[in-house]
Amino acid sequence: MGTPSVLWNVAKKCFTVGVISLTVSDLFASIVPVRGASMSPTFNPKTNSLLDSLSDDRVLVEKLCLRKYKFSHGDVIVFCSPDNHKEKHIKRIVGLPGDWVGTIYDVVHIPEGHCWVEGDNSASSLDSRSFGPAIVCRFLWVWLKEGSPIFCGLHIE
Amino acid sequence: MGEWSSRVIPIVRGLCLLYVTHKYLGTTVVTYGPSMLPTLGITGNVLLMERISTRTGKLRPGDVVFFRSPENPRRVVCKRLVGMEGDQVTYVVDPKNSDKCNTIVVSKGHVWVEGDNIYNTKDSRNFGAVPYGLVEGKAFWTLLPRRDFGSLAPKPK
Repeated sequence: MGTPSVLWNVAKKCFTVGVISLTVSDLFASIVPVRGASMSPTFNPKTNSLLDSLSDDRVLVEKLCLRKYKFSHGDVIVFCSPDNHKEKHIKRIVGLPGDWVGTIYDVVHIPEGHCWVEGDNSASSLDSRSFGPAIVCRFLWVWLKEGSPIFCGLHIE
Repeated sequence: MGEWSSRVIPIVRGLCLLYVTHKYLGTTVVTYGPSMLPTLGITGNVLLMERISTRTGKLRPGDVVFFRSPENPRRVVCKRLVGMEGDQVTYVVDPKNSDKCNTIVVSKGHVWVEGDNIYNTKDSRNFGAVPYGLVEGKAFWTLLPRRDFGSLAPKPK
């Protein structure tokens, strides 16, 4: 009599917590680890050959900006790689739709619905210089540093 | 306090469950526009869309899919999937003016989509292959109009 109803209550509570936290992390904000040195020194400034996953920076990403898809130059965003939708990258927006961006060889026009992203550490960064303007994909999140006032991105001084 | 929370929590749980179902399982969609004639009419179509095939990678050429427009991330577009990554696709470049055909290989991580009504559609022939990450879901059942109730035709009639 007691045990099945206790189990049922525990299951209901776990389900409630799971569903609510999934909704909150999808619609409002969540925490993601940053791997690699392409955004050094902003993230992972200590580059050593054995990058211990415990020392990776963790960032708070907010999802409210996905309502309007309005971003600005300098925003740091998390997006799915155009070549493999399962990989996520974190880079900074350098060009918005309508901008002209200069690379070493030519000048590229950013079409509507796309943006140009580059890593802060240009020596070792796989970004729009290799794969072209990235499509603003639905998994686009914007980074904000833990503890700072909530605004849609960090602007370059 | 306890009484208030025992009334609010089931409501919050119900709303979050609706959101999770909408985002991860499937939802109903209303479509409009002439680009999928005769499969879908210009107005008055209500379809059921499921997101499980997209997440598990079980989409096949011939499926009617919804994806976020590469030109405007605020719009969701409905077209038929014609080629997966690596497939060779032959298409008529400009059906109203000439019979010229072009053959391309769909690049990695992308899909090729075309509207059933090739004379009045904006699809991959205009904006290129669409990254798989933009695909939202697959339409599997027509609810309205009543005469079309049931699963969708596997290829354009």
